[in-house]
Amino acid sequence: MQNLNIMIVGVGGQGTLLASRILGAVALKKNYDVKVSEVHGMSQRGGSVVTYVRLGEKIHSPLVEKGEADIIISFEQLESMRWAEYLKCGGKFIVNEQKIDPMPVIIGKAKYPENIIEKIKDNCKETIVVDALGIAKKSGNIKTVNTVLLGVLAKSTSIEKEVWLEALKETVPSRFLDVNMKAFEEGYSLQA
Amino acid sequence: MKRLMLGNEAVARGAYEAGVTVATAYPGTPSTEITEAIAARYDNIYSEWSPNEKVALEVAIGASIAGARSICSMKHVGLNVAADPLFTVSYTGVNGGLVIVVADDPGMHSSQNEQDSRFYARSAKVPMLEPSDSQECKDFVKKALEISEEFDCPVILRLSTRISHSQSLVEMEGKEDYKLKDYKKDFNKYVMMPGMARKRHVEVEKRMARLREFSETTSLNKIEWGSTDIGVITSGISYQYAKEAFGDVSYLKLGMVYPIPEKLIREFAGKVKKLYVVEELEPFFENQIKKMGIEVTGKELLPVIGELSANIIREKVLGEKVETNVAVNEAIPVRPPVMCPGCPHRGTFYVLKKLKLTVNGDIGCYTLGALPPTESMDTCVCMGASIGMAHGMEKARGRDFSRKTVAVIGDSTFIHSGITGLIDIVYNKGNSTVIVLDNSITGMTGHQENPTTGFTIKGEPTKQVDLVKLANAIGIDRVRVADPFNLKEFEKVVKEEVEADEPSLIIAQRPCALLKRSVTFIGPLKISSEKCRKCKVCMTIGCPAIVDKGNSIEINDALCVGCELCTKVCKFDAIEKAGANCAKS
Repeated sequence: MQNLNIMIVGVGGQGTLLASRILGAVALKKNYDVKVSEVHGMSQRGGSVVTYVRLGEKIHSPLVEKGEADIIISFEQLESMRWAEYLKCGGKFIVNEQKIDPMPVIIGKAKYPENIIEKIKDNCKETIVVDALGIAKKSGNIKTVNTVLLGVLAKSTSIEKEVWLEALKETVPSRFLDVNMKAFEEGYSLQA
Repeated sequence: MKRLMLGNEAVARGAYEAGVTVATAYPGTPSTEITEAIAARYDNIYSEWSPNEKVALEVAIGASIAGARSICSMKHVGLNVAADPLFTVSYTGVNGGLVIVVADDPGMHSSQNEQDSRFYARSAKVPMLEPSDSQECKDFVKKALEISEEFDCPVILRLSTRISHSQSLVEMEGKEDYKLKDYKKDFNKYVMMPGMARKRHVEVEKRMARLREFSETTSLNKIEWGSTDIGVITSGISYQYAKEAFGDVSYLKLGMVYPIPEKLIREFAGKVKKLYVVEELEPFFENQIKKMGIEVTGKELLPVIGELSANIIREKVLGEKVETNVAVNEAIPVRPPVMCPGCPHRGTFYVLKKLKLTVNGDIGCYTLGALPPTESMDTCVCMGASIGMAHGMEKARGRDFSRKTVAVIGDSTFIHSGITGLIDIVYNKGNSTVIVLDNSITGMTGHQENPTTGFTIKGEPTKQVDLVKLANAIGIDRVRVADPFNLKEFEKVVKEEVEADEPSLIIAQRPCALLKRSVTFIGPLKISSEKCRKCKVCMTIGCPAIVDKGNSIEINDALCVGCELCTKVCKFDAIEKAGANCAKS
């Protein structure tokens, strides 16, 4: 397999960590080399956060750089815009419709940009827009937004579905497993 | 078996496998998870959060001299605090192996400067190792302990944010059966008075000579031959970026970054056509190599500011243009970190702003009070600095100015290095008002216990520092405890204390909103569209859950926890508990 570069972007507190943990477990199962790079500390406090996941035969740098991401999963619209130039030519964008106003917008010093999804689509043909919050609510738990998006991601890679499901079983606490499996399936079947 | 681990977790694992039995630290991003992992996973290792890095290192030195293998972890600026014992433990040497882990933060993801810790190794004359992934984090801890014992010195393990906070694969191994070394009284070695220290300095210089020889042959330093058109000397995370950018060229990867292997470098330099040094931050290798008379290119192309990356190397060194596909050409609003919904500091800064005070700040979540919309912090330098600086302002500008000045400092930071500043104010007849923001936890680094919380790193109950008694004991008679969410009362207390012609301590007491053991909120609120007059006073508290929708002000129910601070600033009683369908209680 060629190296696969994935970025998970969002707002601190949105729960991007579980998605990267499951990705790590998937890589281990497939015997790939893998590096996952996260941000801790100050920027976690409601700031813009990014996780890099790289898998393949041999991975050196833990970072995905501008123009290198095969897939970007964005948990929030404005964040998809912020990280857009990290996408590779022909890369895939998975965008959650959710919007969270940053402080400059809240206090009226900046405007939340309009028509972000259209702008992303203009630049990237392979854009998948997901109402992950709506789907998560339907699946029975609002906190499964990340698993819905993971389902969409799984479908976008060549890695077998069974491997993802096993990784999910190993990573998610058993009492939340059913609802997460359901959310994953919803995401997975979205773009069939 | 291989596991995916953070560099920090791998350091913890390495300590476990090497038979370390004492681990100390003060939390600091990006080093915190080392000691957290030790406390959570390895019960045979005694671990502690020390009050500060200096104490942490002293505890580890004591453990080492008593015969145990020990590890002490901190962030880069923590080593400034621990520098005093560092420079002298270099003279005394060790008994059981001693590793000092220091995590640098190039790019300042969560720090106030980006100093390069490698200079500490050189000036304290102790060896330093630098791993380039999690596997090496584990391996190098073990190697560092061996070097420590063989050469009778502490060894520094230098990490950086991308090593500490990146996960990569690590092969698990068993635990070494390490026995405590005998403790022998030896005052010529362990009592550093001038007469003894002079002799020990001679030993230190002999040791440095032996270490320079060691660095020539150790497997920590490796040559990877590829095309000899280009040779790259590098270490740590920079090695990984260089591999991405240069591909198949020749590398001299230094695992031991101090002292450097001069003969090996000469040999390598002699066999490549063009020699580069790729290192993050300062030209530490480069200057030493140039001093050897070897022609090398480094910082004339690469920055001394911020992190490196493969793209920076491609652009600056190889002259390649990085192509990106999608760029949205539009101003994108920044998303700075903010105080969480329900954060107790929000009440404090609302009041400080209202009173238009000069605020000397400190290191912690509350430093965010400097940002809009509160913008009520004037200074922030280092751990504990707020208190001494407030005193200095009074001594410079007089009593009238100090009536408009306070220091704010978190509970953990106050214990770390605020107490001595407070004693200074009392002793030298100052009048400053110091506000301890007591949120019952060390917040920014992700909830660590500290001497004011009443729990140890393992969650065991312990004695709790009584801040009131402490202040009384050092001579402060005016000590007030107030809830920063009781805005009226809090404002009154601050006004009275800045006016008082003697030093005073205000303890702003309210737990961190994320602290599950002591926080209960009523659940999301909403704004009544009938009662709301759109005066927007609720937006001045800077809560991320309150949003201006143009025609209305609304509360984001996914973010709001129901701390009710906004209800206290609303003049029209327009904010109420959301309907039963959203309520948690």
